[in-house]
Amino acid sequence: MKKPLLASALLLFAATSHPSHAADKVKIGFISTLSGPSAALGVDIRDAFMLAVKLNGGKLGGLPAEVLIGDDQFKPEVGRQLAEKDIKLDKVDFLTGFVFSNIMLASVPVAFENKVIYVSPNAAPSPLAGKQCNPYFFAASWPNDAYHEAAGQHATDKGYKSVYMLAPNYQAGKDSLEGFKRFYKGSVAGEVYTQLGQLDYSAELAQVRAARPEAVYIFLPGGMGINFIKQFVAAGLSKDMQLITPGFSSDQDIIRAVGDPMLGTFDAAHWALDLDNAANRKFVAEFEKEYKRLPTVYASQGYDAALLIDSAVREVKGKIENTEAVRKALKAAKFQSVRGAFKFNRNQYPIQNYYLRVVGKDSQGRLVNKTIGTIFKDRGDAYVQDCPMK
Amino acid sequence: MSWVLILEQFLNGLQFGLMLFLLAAGLTLVFGIMDMINLAHGSLYMLGAFLAATLVQVTDSFALGVLLAVPATAVVGMLLEMSVLRTLYERDHLSQVLATFALILILNEAVRIIWGPDMPLSMPAALSGPVELLPGMFYPAYRLLIIGVGAAVAALLYLLVARTRIGMQVRAGASNREMALAMGVDIRRLFTLLFGVGAGLCAVAGALLGPLLAVQVGMGENILILAFVVIVIGGIGSIRGALVGAVLVGLVDTIGRAFLPMLFGLFFQPRVASAAGPAIASVLAYVLMVAVLYFRPRGLFPARG
Amino acid sequence: MHRAATLAVLALALAFPLAMQETYYLSFASRIFVYALAATSLNLILGYGGMISFGHAAFVGTGAYVSSIFIAEGITSAWIGWPAAVAASALAALVIGAVSLRTRGVYFIMITLAFAQMMFFLVNSMKAYGGDEGLSLPARASGLPVDLGGDVAFYYVALAALAACVYGLRRLAHSRFGRVIQAIRENEARAEAIGFPVYRYKLACFVLAGAAGGLAGVLLASHGKYVNPNVLHWTQSGTLMVMVILGGVGRLWGGVIGAATLLGLEDLIANHRVEWLAAMLPNYQQHASLGVGVVLLAIVLFAPQGIAGAFARRRRA
Repeated sequence: MKKPLLASALLLFAATSHPSHAADKVKIGFISTLSGPSAALGVDIRDAFMLAVKLNGGKLGGLPAEVLIGDDQFKPEVGRQLAEKDIKLDKVDFLTGFVFSNIMLASVPVAFENKVIYVSPNAAPSPLAGKQCNPYFFAASWPNDAYHEAAGQHATDKGYKSVYMLAPNYQAGKDSLEGFKRFYKGSVAGEVYTQLGQLDYSAELAQVRAARPEAVYIFLPGGMGINFIKQFVAAGLSKDMQLITPGFSSDQDIIRAVGDPMLGTFDAAHWALDLDNAANRKFVAEFEKEYKRLPTVYASQGYDAALLIDSAVREVKGKIENTEAVRKALKAAKFQSVRGAFKFNRNQYPIQNYYLRVVGKDSQGRLVNKTIGTIFKDRGDAYVQDCPMK
Repeated sequence: MSWVLILEQFLNGLQFGLMLFLLAAGLTLVFGIMDMINLAHGSLYMLGAFLAATLVQVTDSFALGVLLAVPATAVVGMLLEMSVLRTLYERDHLSQVLATFALILILNEAVRIIWGPDMPLSMPAALSGPVELLPGMFYPAYRLLIIGVGAAVAALLYLLVARTRIGMQVRAGASNREMALAMGVDIRRLFTLLFGVGAGLCAVAGALLGPLLAVQVGMGENILILAFVVIVIGGIGSIRGALVGAVLVGLVDTIGRAFLPMLFGLFFQPRVASAAGPAIASVLAYVLMVAVLYFRPRGLFPARG
Repeated sequence: MHRAATLAVLALALAFPLAMQETYYLSFASRIFVYALAATSLNLILGYGGMISFGHAAFVGTGAYVSSIFIAEGITSAWIGWPAAVAASALAALVIGAVSLRTRGVYFIMITLAFAQMMFFLVNSMKAYGGDEGLSLPARASGLPVDLGGDVAFYYVALAALAACVYGLRRLAHSRFGRVIQAIRENEARAEAIGFPVYRYKLACFVLAGAAGGLAGVLLASHGKYVNPNVLHWTQSGTLMVMVILGGVGRLWGGVIGAATLLGLEDLIANHRVEWLAAMLPNYQQHASLGVGVVLLAIVLFAPQGIAGAFARRRRA
């Protein structure tokens, strides 16, 4: 009865009480998965991003940075609503933060439509690398397939005759196993897609046992990976088969949760704690000092995303209203990345090295990933030829 | 397709089913005797898991932590019954549904405020490896523990219901509440006790499943629905029905999840098979429920005579 | 409700876009209209019909997905996609209702829930249409006299749909059909004894509500240009129920008031920080559903007639 009246009065009040957007600061919309079993990933990216801003004196590229943080709760529709609010109401200059490809893919169309640049600190799915490449999308991480391609190459190098593969049933999952198969020349003992968010793998593990592969490759980010590895070890399978994972599935968050059973797992990534360059040494030291834990590869990506934005804003001398200039500056990527050299391909995905790592103990007896070799040098991605961008 | 695989999947289904039974038992009694739909039952399961996670940390012992979590959750359950739920017995089902749905929201957030979104809970180190059941057949020790505990609790409940005075009152109440009241059963005390027992059973399930699944806010919702499916299949008010229904659902769900994708994989691409397989497997439990209701509208073992 | 008040509210709603510059709030208001439509359609079976269906999200979801699939396949005309979606929802309601309405009590609740979950899993497995990830649409439907792409135009279309539905509900409630349905809700045995074909009336009611829910789903998908399986999940049915009970179950404006209140409160809590509250409970904004739960519980226990009911009583007093 009176409700719509009250509602509209409330809305009017709220609308007029909003401060207008000033051009003398840079507004970042940061939306990530900050709750649920995979929250550790989003939290790492956020913590590293904010660390970079803090180390820069609360600024990016010389302008004071205002970071609006939102939690997508692992739900695509929530992520999308937050993106709408950030872009349409808060008028952010950059959008960033998503961990999961499905949530990101549901949300970034809002950014693209409104000509807002999205800098991805993680998700970089194949459609946006190829046919649907978009000038407003910049991947500060690695193409979704990359770790899997590197892992596949490693499996080939090691001569495993059969590999059993598992991934969740969504775009990134499909990309991951395609990527692995692209470079793995042995035989596939099984290719299983599990439910996104599935936690009990008893049924799948029984199948793995029956298939008797030499190695098992999993792409199970966050809580899914933790549970799988624990159950894998509990089922006694780790004695019979070598577990290979993409870098993030054996990273600090998993290691913290699983513990010693992780020793000896091989994985592939574009970055490691022990990469020897000045930016990385500073990053790892500062991150550990600030947050009392070791950073994961997700954190390194969040940090790099902030540095990338910082370099672009600095390059355009603070005139971020000129989106085209900002894009060019981003593409130039003139910053010291924690992974070493950084350059973009013409589809705005990175070209970089990928390393082989193994889970071992560091000088303090902590479980960490140690770099033991380089699998790929200056690798781009398999989809760039489909991208019409120059 | 080896017999080892089949046996392993069978054990998996049994394990899942027995845990479902723990939830369904409390739910069916509450519904059968008090005629109350309690959606917050899943929240008690969640609470049990969180309490266990904390107590395990505090006592540094898995067994002790789990054992203490049971009465702790039972107490919370009884407090809940005495304060809020008691007023709902006389109300219609819609009010019960809505009020307990509200309780789910409240309890989820309360847990989130007190503990955070999740808690770590690991299986005891002694049980984190496999056991050789038969030559060449390994099965996780922890899951065997779950099966053992589940079966023991089922046996205990049976003894309680079939052989004790309280159990007789419970059965009488389930069969005909008015008559039981007329015969002098102290219904109020019985209800509170029942609720506490139900909550305790939830805690056992939550604490035991915690290391396998994740102890996180909202973990109760999914298993709650399955528990309702189980009691509808089994017959409302019947513990025996809850056991049969739970094991059936557990087996159907696990074996479906395991073998349907394989079956589909023979005809379709892996990604399609992996989508259709689990989807249809999840649905199998509901299909089973609809089928049972068609032939037996009151479930397999209805308590009401 | 007084005709004058209705007209005043309508006039306000019509004038709102002219006063509001910020398109985000137009978009937000449109979302309220869509949910109000869904809640009102549920109110028909829940409040007027007395049928506790936990499967209503299935009809909203069907409307959302069918209309989206049409657009995804290139058939962008609203004249084709929208009626098809509503028809599909009505058909789903017919099938689900035909089976479920043969049961009652908790069995009815469980069967409607089971069917809704079945549809959820079915849609989840449709990888061609996004599956888990959902389906993003390139544009809203075309072919209407106004370009649906604009926030203002969409606002008016959603408002029109909502107004039509509420008006329809009002006419229905006062019609013979409506009175029979309410009689069935009051006492089914008596209605049957009098000679009404109870099953058929309930089924018809169910199908009507399903169709209206489907329309809400069409607009929901169109609004966000995105749909994903969560729209079919049973917890969504729960949310709609919360809206209905909040607004006033069985009351004409129950769905509208409930949707506006719930969504308005959620937005208010999440996006507008109240400093003195934050001083006491630092993270209160993330725990909004606690407040919702408490309010809902309070309403069920102490004010079962909801907000509309409270107003109605006060007016009579």
